[in-house]
Amino acid sequence: MPTKFKQALESGKFVVTSEVAPPKGTNLEKFEHHIELLKDKVDAMNVTDHQSSVMRYPSLGGCLKVKAGGGEVILQMTCRDRNRLALQADLLFASHMGIQNVLCLTGDSIILGDHKNAKSVFDLDSSQLLETIRILEKGKDLGGNELDGAVSFCAGAIVTPEADPLEPQLIKFEKKIEAGAEFIQTQAVYDLDKFKEFMDYARQFKVKILAGIILLTSAPMARFMNKNIAGVFVPQDLIDEMASAPKGQAITKGIEIAGRMIKRIHEEKMCDGVHIMAIGKEELVPDIMAAAGII
Amino acid sequence: MIRSITQKKPEKDIERLLNGLNRIFIIGCGTCTTLTRTGGDPEVRAMKDELSAKGKLVTGHTVVPVACDNLTREFLSDFGEQINQADTLLIMSCAFGVQTIARQLKKMVVPALDTLFIGKETAVGLFDEICTQCGTCIIGETGGICPVTNCHKGLVNGPCGGTNHGKCEIDVAKDCVWTLIYNRLQELGRLDSMRRYQKPRNHQGEPKPGKFKLPEA
Repeated sequence: MPTKFKQALESGKFVVTSEVAPPKGTNLEKFEHHIELLKDKVDAMNVTDHQSSVMRYPSLGGCLKVKAGGGEVILQMTCRDRNRLALQADLLFASHMGIQNVLCLTGDSIILGDHKNAKSVFDLDSSQLLETIRILEKGKDLGGNELDGAVSFCAGAIVTPEADPLEPQLIKFEKKIEAGAEFIQTQAVYDLDKFKEFMDYARQFKVKILAGIILLTSAPMARFMNKNIAGVFVPQDLIDEMASAPKGQAITKGIEIAGRMIKRIHEEKMCDGVHIMAIGKEELVPDIMAAAGII
Repeated sequence: MIRSITQKKPEKDIERLLNGLNRIFIIGCGTCTTLTRTGGDPEVRAMKDELSAKGKLVTGHTVVPVACDNLTREFLSDFGEQINQADTLLIMSCAFGVQTIARQLKKMVVPALDTLFIGKETAVGLFDEICTQCGTCIIGETGGICPVTNCHKGLVNGPCGGTNHGKCEIDVAKDCVWTLIYNRLQELGRLDSMRRYQKPRNHQGEPKPGKFKLPEA
């Protein structure tokens, strides 16, 4: 039985996903409010896994909340903090609890986060995690042992279409698809002409691709992301456009930029949908969708 | 030639370790730590001045030729009296040397240095960690370049999504090894090696602690 998200991907519609970040703590009030706000507007929402290596309420726990709130959820799973035993165990639990969409990530470096002395795990990488999911679905674990009880997933991965150099990234991309990725949520795209070229290459693969759109909230925020967030490269002309916004209007400008990019991706049928990331500003996702004309 | 790369411990850490120990014999090493200027003769003498200024009594000091060698015990026997008078040996060699001396002399030891990695001098005065002895060597498939060591995440299917302009997401001064591997394999016409999916690694190649015994002839 394919998940609701899988059905949306297969339907040919312009798929919209977003992400919600659990809190640093156990006060889920704001988190539950975001779930409520987004659940009927997006096809699925990701719950992040210690994003940027900052310790938070776990993704798996956050996913249970999304499900309880009536939303379709995508579990983000990184390989940074857990070895193959823990990852398989969490996958068994997730599937059993009806959390069956998984985004497989290698994970940001520990050094970037707020526990800089912690031990990195990286027992598996993203392509190996994808393969692990397929192995579990066939009824065995990574040790070759039989499982008692089945699991089933819709698994995906990421790609950085604006990586420079691009070729090594594409080799990894193909490995992820061979390992079983059914959908791709890209890192933030900004140069849509370059993205079109990437899609010309990517179209040959049987995988659904959702373009990553990050909401810019200010010029300093864009510069901060360039410096500190792995895989995000905001071009100077967008930073300048953000800086040119009148005082107090920076976020409005950010929504306008995101909306216009999504509109173009949608109208030109560049890919299968978008993945909207409004970090810390999840409540603005409906505004971005409205600006893009896709609400 | 591999070298043990060390860095002086923070002053307050050495102070804490020497708390209550007032008579100290200082030992440097004439090999790696002399090369890296962390435990050679000038550094040993500077440490003597530092400790004396703090009110410690330095009973003596020396620089052994190769601290981790079996002959270190003999070399140090010339300083028997000064060593006997000391509460502890403050050793400015890498941890291989500290542990060797600890085994040979059975005297209390305090390392003055942290051992960072076993590396190789790749340019004058520049040392890189290029092998971490994982016991499952894959450099035959990566153009002779080790991703287990030189990729911050130790990826055998690289790169990750954080690399930019051939640099690692953790430090722009560090190369993304997967970009280097890509370039090398491209030069060799062997990109098929990089395209080959690598299964999850055996992280217990030689379960710690490593041990090797020559078989009987």
